[in-house]
Amino acid sequence: MADLTTDFVGIKSPNPFWLASAPPTDKEYNVRRAFEAGWGGVVWKTLGEAGPPIVNVNGPRYGAIWGADRRLLGLNNIELITDRPLEVNLREIKAVKRDYPDRAMVVSLMVPCEEEAWKAILPLVEETGADGVELNFGCPHGMSERGMGSAVGQVPEYIEMVTRWVKQNTRMPCIVKLTPNITDIKKPAAAALAGGADAVSLINTINSITSVDLDLFAPEPTIDGKGAHGGYCGPAVKPIALNMVAEIARTPELAHLPISGIGGVTTWRDAAEFMALGAGNVQVCTAAMTYGFKIVQEMISGLSDYMDKKGMAATSELVGRAVPNLSDWQHLNLNYVAKARINQDLCISCGRCFAACEDTSHQAISMSPERVFEVKDDECVACNLCVNVCPVEDCITMEQMPAGAVDPRTGRKVAAEYANWTTHPNNPGAVKAAE
Amino acid sequence: MDAKALAEGVIAGRLNADELAAGFTDLHAPLTDHEAVVAADRCYFCHDAPCITACPTDIDIPLFIRQIATGTPDAAAKTILSQNILGGMCARVCPTETLCEESCVREMAEGKPVEIGRLQRYATDGLMAKGVHPFRRADPTGRKIAVVGAGPAGLACAHRLAMKGHDVVVFDAREKPGGLNEYGIAAYKSTEDFAAREVDWLMQIGGIQMQTGKAVGRDITLEELRADHDAVFLGIGLGGVNALSAPGAEKDGVLDAVGFIADLRQTPDLSALPVGRDVVVIGGGMTAVDAAVQSKLLGALNVTIVYRRGRARMNASRYEQELAASKGVRIICNASPVAVHGNGSVREIEFEYTDDALQPTGQTFRLAADQVFKAIGQSLTGADLPDLAGGKIAVTGAGRTSLDGVWAGGDCAAGGEDLTVTAVAQGRDAAEDIHAALAT
Repeated sequence: MADLTTDFVGIKSPNPFWLASAPPTDKEYNVRRAFEAGWGGVVWKTLGEAGPPIVNVNGPRYGAIWGADRRLLGLNNIELITDRPLEVNLREIKAVKRDYPDRAMVVSLMVPCEEEAWKAILPLVEETGADGVELNFGCPHGMSERGMGSAVGQVPEYIEMVTRWVKQNTRMPCIVKLTPNITDIKKPAAAALAGGADAVSLINTINSITSVDLDLFAPEPTIDGKGAHGGYCGPAVKPIALNMVAEIARTPELAHLPISGIGGVTTWRDAAEFMALGAGNVQVCTAAMTYGFKIVQEMISGLSDYMDKKGMAATSELVGRAVPNLSDWQHLNLNYVAKARINQDLCISCGRCFAACEDTSHQAISMSPERVFEVKDDECVACNLCVNVCPVEDCITMEQMPAGAVDPRTGRKVAAEYANWTTHPNNPGAVKAAE
Repeated sequence: MDAKALAEGVIAGRLNADELAAGFTDLHAPLTDHEAVVAADRCYFCHDAPCITACPTDIDIPLFIRQIATGTPDAAAKTILSQNILGGMCARVCPTETLCEESCVREMAEGKPVEIGRLQRYATDGLMAKGVHPFRRADPTGRKIAVVGAGPAGLACAHRLAMKGHDVVVFDAREKPGGLNEYGIAAYKSTEDFAAREVDWLMQIGGIQMQTGKAVGRDITLEELRADHDAVFLGIGLGGVNALSAPGAEKDGVLDAVGFIADLRQTPDLSALPVGRDVVVIGGGMTAVDAAVQSKLLGALNVTIVYRRGRARMNASRYEQELAASKGVRIICNASPVAVHGNGSVREIEFEYTDDALQPTGQTFRLAADQVFKAIGQSLTGADLPDLAGGKIAVTGAGRTSLDGVWAGGDCAAGGEDLTVTAVAQGRDAAEDIHAALAT
């Protein structure tokens, strides 16, 4: 069995599966259950400064979208940071860490954008024996209206400033949690790095309105007839999160900044994908909130099996493996030619490929009166839509044309050599360079 | 076990009230809201969907299922009912396993089709429960049309004609409208008086006058109808029952299956309906299965269906055969009745094995029987009908007969499949043709 132990910025954990700062990590009772279930670490739900605790709404905090059979695909929340007294949280963190010394215990923090506030809280956290802190610069609702959370995370200068304060006032590793509600994720990541952050974690939740009550004409979740935007998470956000993680991982200036991947991790496979794109570990919330803590057992066995099959002994062999293959469009090989292939033995004749191609794409699939569907190679551009809409896995595949074969669509021979847009004759920039 | 359960002869009350209620409950429970959404989600929304092609009434099945999936089951019901005004009954009685569901691509993919029939029932039941009739009658045309027979074909024809603004008079020989929906379908497929409720709901369109207890040929002639109306539609079904030619067939206890089924459907108290301990049903169609299964549900101890050809030739679908088997009905194939034995009442029935070409083999066997139901086909009855073809009314196009201004559809018309849903399609299409003919 592969070794799943991870060392993330000096914080060791028996596996790369951490629970993200969120309701599942709000108190001792939950976190003990999580550790008993096998989670490698937790990021304790965000603590605020001492004083009167935060209040939450007393109506619904969550909204959701569902797929088939009410499978939860996306979750939205308007819950704020912990609403329990600071001293209670600190006491519990200390007790849990003492009992589970092998697990990662990171504490999420969000206090006002003043150095004194950070100076005040950091020693209190250090005293618990926690392994590190995560700066919540991502929370997009409620706290951001008070100048915290994503209000900080959307201004790179603030990120750098606060990160520096934290690094100057504690020996603990500092992870900066980034908001996706910005245009270029590289900017806040660079700011965190400049401020001395040991790592970044991303993504926090995405600004969202999950649905509208069409009788009340109110956004959901609805509190007394009104709704406020919340933070979106769950399987639906994974592609957005993967891209943001990868953007950081493939940028040379940021390449050595460790990343804790967050965003819709639901299965071992999701975790492996985040790690392949550069995440040193992953944080999970929605999947645990949907299915309970036990899912970590599948994540552990799945990742372990996968690594065994691939001959990987340690997670470090997986981390970043896919980063070199992330390219810009302009560098994709335009001489690569593929055609869709329909496996007639697997085809169930639903005709979805035909409808999709005929109505919305390239009219490259024919339909016989007997409902046999075939690809017209002289029209097929290998767009992959038929593969995506086919309900049968592996029924339609994309087959590469060998070099030397004639593409019936263009009448040209498939070239063996690589050629991209930067040198393409239709590219005005390329033509100029050639002249 | 009650002593009556084992008693010889044809007696009532073999089972107690709870056992009867359990047996005659809905064959398929209605889908709940959540079940319907889950079932609807399985539909792939196929292009030019095979299920539509397989439906005799061409219901846009993927569309109505998508309407259920998106939370608008009433819109789904309208999609169904615009093609098939008896969509509620068809959802219950259609052999979906040989029609829409057989052609479902998920049947090919995983042997488990989308539950089209149950989804159709979910949508139509919901709308009917609200008392909503989603169609509106056009301005009156002043034309008057006679529809003979208030079965599926006649009702579908009458509704479509009324919707077009024509005045329709429906004549039916029986006391209640509905035809086979009311008198001829297994009780567990049409529970809670559904057939009658559906007719009441259908009549909400307005413009339809129902005259029951009036038989053409007895109370009124086709000639009179033609003289008094702008058009006549014949949906008279098959009123006759084929006779059993074996010696002894006249003995007591040898009955028509359709009569038994009708009695069962009309009885207010199933525990008062007598049934034999040993029941033999002769035939291989849906009627045979309906009679056999219901005999079993009434408490008959031994029920056997005997069919003269091989199992593959049975008109009852594989699903119906399995239903019968699951209720404890034994099916014997390749055997023809040769004699009915008994002193006054039937005690035994003798069969001879026959090969698939119906050649006798000389080998015989006897089955104990205190009740024998004949389900060996029905035939057209009536005088002065339009020209016949193969024992049924010859039709061309959308049900045009040899007589001017007379259309026919349903089981009485040649070329049909003897299915409720086919009858509905023919009634509907004849109405469209009548409407077009009257407009010219």
